[in-house]
Amino acid sequence: MTNAGEKNLGRRQLLVRGAKAAVSIAVAGALAYSMYDREGPKREAEKIKLVSLPDFSVPGRDEQTLAIVAGEDRAKTAAKAVELLGGIERFVSPGDVVAIKPNIAFASPSILGATTHPDVISAIVRLCYEKGRAKKVIVTDNPINDPASCFTISGIGKAAAAAGADVVMPKEGLFQYTTLEGGKLIVNWPVYYGPLEEADKLIGIAPVKDHHRSGASMTMKNWYGLLGGRRNIFHQDINTIIAELAMLVRPTLVILDGTVTMMTNGPTGGSISDLKKTNAMIASCDMVAADAFGSSLLGLEPSDLPYLALAEKAGVGTADYESLKPIRASVT
Amino acid sequence: MRITTVRRISQIFFFGLFVWFCIVTTIGERFWQIRNWPVNWFLQLDPLVALGTVLSTQKFYWSLHCALGTIVLTIIFGRYFCGWLCPFGSIHHFVGYLGNLNKKVADRIRLNRYRKAQCIKYFILVFLLGMAAFPSLASSLQTGLLDPIPLVTRSVNLVLLPILDRSSYLTSVGTRYYELGWLILAVFAVAVLSNLVIPRFYCRFVCPLGAFFGVISRFSIWRIGRNKPKCIDCKLCEKACEGGCEPSGSIKIAECVLCFNCRQDCVHDMISYQTVPSLAGEVQADVSRRGFVLSLASGVLAVPAIRLSGRVASNYYNKAVRPPGALAEEEFLKRCLKCGQCMRVCPTNVIQPAGMEGGLEGLWTPVLNNRIGSSGCQLNCVACGQVCPTSAIRPITLDEKKGVGEFAEQGPVKIGTAFVDRNRCLPWAMNKPCIVCQENCPVSPKAIYTEDIFVTVRDGLVTVKKVTNQTIELEQSIPSGKFGTGDYYVLGEDGYQGKISENTESTIELTSADALTELLLPGSKIEIQVRLQRPCVDIEKCIGCGVCEHECPVSGKRAIRVSAEGETRSADRRLLLRG
Repeated sequence: MTNAGEKNLGRRQLLVRGAKAAVSIAVAGALAYSMYDREGPKREAEKIKLVSLPDFSVPGRDEQTLAIVAGEDRAKTAAKAVELLGGIERFVSPGDVVAIKPNIAFASPSILGATTHPDVISAIVRLCYEKGRAKKVIVTDNPINDPASCFTISGIGKAAAAAGADVVMPKEGLFQYTTLEGGKLIVNWPVYYGPLEEADKLIGIAPVKDHHRSGASMTMKNWYGLLGGRRNIFHQDINTIIAELAMLVRPTLVILDGTVTMMTNGPTGGSISDLKKTNAMIASCDMVAADAFGSSLLGLEPSDLPYLALAEKAGVGTADYESLKPIRASVT
Repeated sequence: MRITTVRRISQIFFFGLFVWFCIVTTIGERFWQIRNWPVNWFLQLDPLVALGTVLSTQKFYWSLHCALGTIVLTIIFGRYFCGWLCPFGSIHHFVGYLGNLNKKVADRIRLNRYRKAQCIKYFILVFLLGMAAFPSLASSLQTGLLDPIPLVTRSVNLVLLPILDRSSYLTSVGTRYYELGWLILAVFAVAVLSNLVIPRFYCRFVCPLGAFFGVISRFSIWRIGRNKPKCIDCKLCEKACEGGCEPSGSIKIAECVLCFNCRQDCVHDMISYQTVPSLAGEVQADVSRRGFVLSLASGVLAVPAIRLSGRVASNYYNKAVRPPGALAEEEFLKRCLKCGQCMRVCPTNVIQPAGMEGGLEGLWTPVLNNRIGSSGCQLNCVACGQVCPTSAIRPITLDEKKGVGEFAEQGPVKIGTAFVDRNRCLPWAMNKPCIVCQENCPVSPKAIYTEDIFVTVRDGLVTVKKVTNQTIELEQSIPSGKFGTGDYYVLGEDGYQGKISENTESTIELTSADALTELLLPGSKIEIQVRLQRPCVDIEKCIGCGVCEHECPVSGKRAIRVSAEGETRSADRRLLLRG
């Protein structure tokens, strides 16, 4: 009845076209409905999913909280200090995933002391594997300088990998937002959560360094490396942020390497002349106590570091480290 | 195997090699990182790089000696480089091929005919060489703008790889940024898409390197040509002619890129690669004397004209901070190819292609932008100079950069000086503690030191109501909890100073109680003060690395910024009286 080009539609064509039109309208309508936004953009961004850092600590033991070992050989002093606290078996259970957080802030060679010494890291990684029978050890940090250069130049990347650890570099997807309960500064702030998510235990390993703003950079300040985002704004209130970090992060163990102390020009150093031999290796379940002892290596009193008092008040630990009856030893 | 198949294999191989070299221009020790890969090989083979720098510097830099080989091989074989090796040429070849797949033979023959406008590339070559050739007047190496090897290196390094690697992070830890990358991409895209209009558009009309090869290929021993004086004139040989050189008639020998398609397509085997000129005649490069003189003169005069801006003299742009080891600006502009190798290898991504900071002739030359990348110019790194193919950035050692060992007397290489902007700096302008810049200054002793000062906070003058033990009760109310951060102090009328450990709305707690009741009497005034460490730059120590600027928490226009004054590469920009 109808030929192509003529105006009249056949019944069949009419039905087909009608069906197509109906489907198009339905699809467009459904799409519009599913995306319909009555309110428009709000002032606050969509609520971010918050994570909370797990408690990595192990049950305390009287008179086995703080160990101070004198000596020059970091591998030996570190192993000895852990042994005095009950051995790595106390902290790492077979099959555990252990995250190690050294201070790798700067692209500076280990001899200049601005970063955790690779010898301590490989000693602890090996302990975790050999005696602790850990399933996996992760070594990671979110440095200040270029991450790849920091891991390479500090020697930590190589040492950790040689000891069998997974070296994890910070990438955008590894950060998640967190809020510290009762915190003033750590509110909806990105932290380096990715490597900690799969970890059962967390060990912080830090050098002892001068720090012009906060007085000293030791095990508590080391957690600054877990902050993401534009974390430099926290320098406006450095003591509070360090205390809040110590509240946020509850590590299994901290190790403070005072074999060499950066006395001046910290925390970057840059010259051998900034360093002094102090021959002390500290292992501790109490970061406040470790840092309080560490302050003596820098010729400071614990009262010179306001963040120790703030953390103490928050119940993180005690600055009166002698009250913990530290176990002392020396290895040659 | 057909010769065209061999050619295709060669093109694919060299293109792959080129991309590989771009990928491995990444700092690191893995096999796919820089190690000892000859990442500049294509640039070193490029005779226009060698010739340009020879003209501008009147020296033949050792690392460019491979270019002699390219010239010799061209004199023997013709423009093999264009048809067999050039990665940019291979891209054009491939895109042009795709664009013509469905065209009729007659249309293709028409597309591939010789056009008078193909002489433009010779004028471009002469113009660019003219810009470089008269150092006594003013010379500037601008061949890199259009020279295909620097162009394609820059495009892959600064645009294509960063885009492809944007989410996978295969060759970098974080996203790489390149300011003005869009302009580099635009030039690349126009060059590549023009193949859809005319195949090998860039090679035929623009490429100064092709023009150079065209000129010297007149001496070539072997050449494409007709081996019989007469043929049936079917023009099938021009169906896929890459150079647009008309092998059917008097071949325009300078245009022939040795694709060998004509030899393949001639059904009567009348075209061969031979030592005698084509029996149908041969025409040399079409460069008119008038055109030559005009383009040479404009090239020679262009540089002094551009320099009228004073950008290379006293009116230099202070934000154009060059990488460590860069030569003094005039010498630098005689060597820099704008190839982007330094920008690709820089582990912190701080080296950026310049816009107009270096003047018109400084387009895409390396400058530092401390707001991009992971941490300013790293103290323990000299990668940019090590990779620079022409030594526009000298291959300095770490010792030289830091001014230690045998370089102790000269002191460190300074690339600029940091200036504190006291109107934006938190401790200077807003009385907030900060000194992130000081903390991150990598030199020892630090180039940033602090002036320590106590400043009374806003509404900080209050009256003592009562003192008990170490607690002061106040008449006025103060913000609760604000002053217990370790940065706040009270100052009594007689100069007594105590450190605040915490405060409520009406009380202040001090850290020590020594005789407080006698020192602060009820009714007396005290001031609540903040202890500020205000950053100052020691210009004798500052090397201009920009780590401070990168870390400054004032995120927009930073409160400490590196400026080119004081850079050691140019004596006339020095700032120090002595040292």
